[in-house]
Amino acid sequence: MNRLSHWRAPLLSLIVLLLLIGIWHALTLPTTSKQTVNAEYAALVGAAAATGQKSTFPTPADFGAKIWQHLKEPFYDRGSNDKGIGIQLGYSVGRVLIGYLLAALMAIPLGFLIGMSPTVYRALDPFIQVLKPISPLAWMPLALFTLKDSSISAIFVIFICSLWPMLINTAFGVASVRREWLNVARTLEVGPLRTAFRVILPAAAPTIMTGMRISIGIAWLVIVAAEMLVGGTGIGYFVWNEWNNLSITNILTAILAIGLVGMLLDLMLARLTRLVTFPE
Amino acid sequence: MSDALIRIEGISKTFAGRDGTQTTVFEDLHFSIDAGEFVCLIGHSGCGKTTILNVLSGLEQSSSGYVFVDGREINGPSLDRAVIFQSHALMPWLTVMGNIAFAVSSRWPDWSTDKVRAHSQKYIDLVNLAGAEKKRPAELSGGMKQRVGIARALSIEPKMLLMDEPFSALDALTRGELQVEVLRICAETRQTVFMITHDVDEAILLADKIVLMTNGPHAKIAEVVVNTMPRSRTRHDLHKHPHYYPIRNHLIEFLVDRSKAFASDAADYDPRNPPQVRPGLADQAVTTAQPVAHPAPAKPLVAIVR
Repeated sequence: MNRLSHWRAPLLSLIVLLLLIGIWHALTLPTTSKQTVNAEYAALVGAAAATGQKSTFPTPADFGAKIWQHLKEPFYDRGSNDKGIGIQLGYSVGRVLIGYLLAALMAIPLGFLIGMSPTVYRALDPFIQVLKPISPLAWMPLALFTLKDSSISAIFVIFICSLWPMLINTAFGVASVRREWLNVARTLEVGPLRTAFRVILPAAAPTIMTGMRISIGIAWLVIVAAEMLVGGTGIGYFVWNEWNNLSITNILTAILAIGLVGMLLDLMLARLTRLVTFPE
Repeated sequence: MSDALIRIEGISKTFAGRDGTQTTVFEDLHFSIDAGEFVCLIGHSGCGKTTILNVLSGLEQSSSGYVFVDGREINGPSLDRAVIFQSHALMPWLTVMGNIAFAVSSRWPDWSTDKVRAHSQKYIDLVNLAGAEKKRPAELSGGMKQRVGIARALSIEPKMLLMDEPFSALDALTRGELQVEVLRICAETRQTVFMITHDVDEAILLADKIVLMTNGPHAKIAEVVVNTMPRSRTRHDLHKHPHYYPIRNHLIEFLVDRSKAFASDAADYDPRNPPQVRPGLADQAVTTAQPVAHPAPAKPLVAIVR
C-alpha cells in the first residue's frame, strides 16, 4: 500500500504527459486535400502552402525526431546561422553566469552596507525603488550605445536584472540579523570584520541565497529576450532565427531546452540554499 | 567598599517617549559586588532589571552615573564581563563546539586551533555536555542550550558573569537541575556573578546578597537582603534551615506589598546606602529552640544595618 502511494504521483504525471501528447497528436493529424495550385508553384512554396493547409504545426512524432536529431549532434557548428542547440545554450548560460556573478559581486557587498547602516539605507532607497521596476530590456539601447558591443550589452542587461533581488535580499537579511547574536559578538569584543564574516554573513546567508535564487530565475527569463534583440549567438537568437526559418519543431525543441536549463539552474541554487540554511 | 570588584554609583536610565515625554525607569542606584560574591537582583517587570544588566555588560549606556570594574570606569562591552542571555543566544549555524570555540578564539585570537578546542572541551565537560560537541543548537533541549550558554560565558574566564533570567525559559525540573549545576560551578571557580531573576527560591538558593528593586518607573533599590544561610546550602536541605522561611517571607512580603508603596513610606531612605537586611538573625532567639543545622555566621543581631 505504501509503495503504491509512493508511485501514485509519478504515475499521474505520466498520464498527464501522455494525455497532452495524445491531444497534440489528434490536433495535428494531417488533413489530406487536393493540390489547388499548379505543380511549379507548389514546388516553389512548399507542399503545405500548395495544398492549402491551414498550418503545418508539427506532430509529436516530428518533435521527437527533431529532439533526437539535436541530441545526436548538439555541438555542431556550420557557420553563424547553423549551430547546434548545445552551443547556443552554452552561449546563453555563459552570458547569464557572467552577468549574474558580476551582479553578485556588486550586490552582496553593497547590500551588506545598506543593511548595516540605516543612513545608507535611507539614502539609497529612492534610487533602488526607481531603478528596480525598470524592465531590464529598456537598458538595452543605452548599453548598445555606450558599450558598443552586442554581446557585452546582453551581459549588462543580465547584470542589471540580477542586481535588484540580490541587493534587496542581502540588505534585508543583514538588517534583520538577530540583535542577540550581535550582542554576543559585542560582549566578546569581536572586531567589525570578524563580526561581518563570522556572525552577520552566516546569519543572513539563507536570505541572501533566496535573493540569488530569484535572480538566476529572472536572468534566465531575460537572456532569451535579450538575445532575440542583440542576435548573433545564444538560445534566444536561435529561437528568433528558427522563427525566420519557420521551423516550428526547432522552436519547440528550444522551448523545452530553455525550460530544462532553467530548472537545472534553479535546482543548483536550491541545493546551495539548503547548505547554508540552519534550523532554529 | 574599596575592595569591591564592581561598583555602581548613581546610575539612572531615561527613555524619551514618542510624544517627547521622558520616562525615568530607574534612578540613583548604588550598590557594589565583591569578588567571589553571587548577587541576585529581584524586582517586578518594568523596573528596568534587564537595562541594569545591559548597563553592567556595556551593551547599553546609563543616562547618568558610573559603573566601575576593578576601579576602572567601563566604556562598552568587555571580555571581563561575560553575559548569559535569557534566550541563550547561541548561533544556530555553529555546533556546540563551534559556539564555544568562537568565544574562546575571540578571547585569545593568537591561540592555535588545537588549543582553542582543548580549552573549549574543558568547559563543555564542566557543564556536563560531553558527547554533544557536534550537535547544533536546534538538536538540543532548552536546558542543554542554556548549558552551552553557561559554558560559552565561562570559557572566556571573565572577571564576572552577568546572567539575565537565565533559567526563566526552562521547565521547573530542568531549572532546578541547572541551579544546582551553577551553584557547583560557582563554588568550584569562585566566580563573581550578578544575576537577574524573578524567582524568589532561585535567589535564596544561589545568592549571597539579594538586591530588591521597587516598582518602576523611578525604580530604586529598596534594600539589600543578605542571605544568612551558609554557602554550603543545597536545594535538598535548603528549606530545613531555620533562616529559610524568614528570608523567603521577607522577600515575598516585599514583592507583594512593599515594592509598590516603598517610595512614599521611606523618610530616612538614603539611595547611596540602601539598608541591608539580615532576615532570620533578628528573631534567632525564637529559632534556637530547634537544632540549627548550619550555624549562622557571627554577625550582630540587628535586622537593619545602616
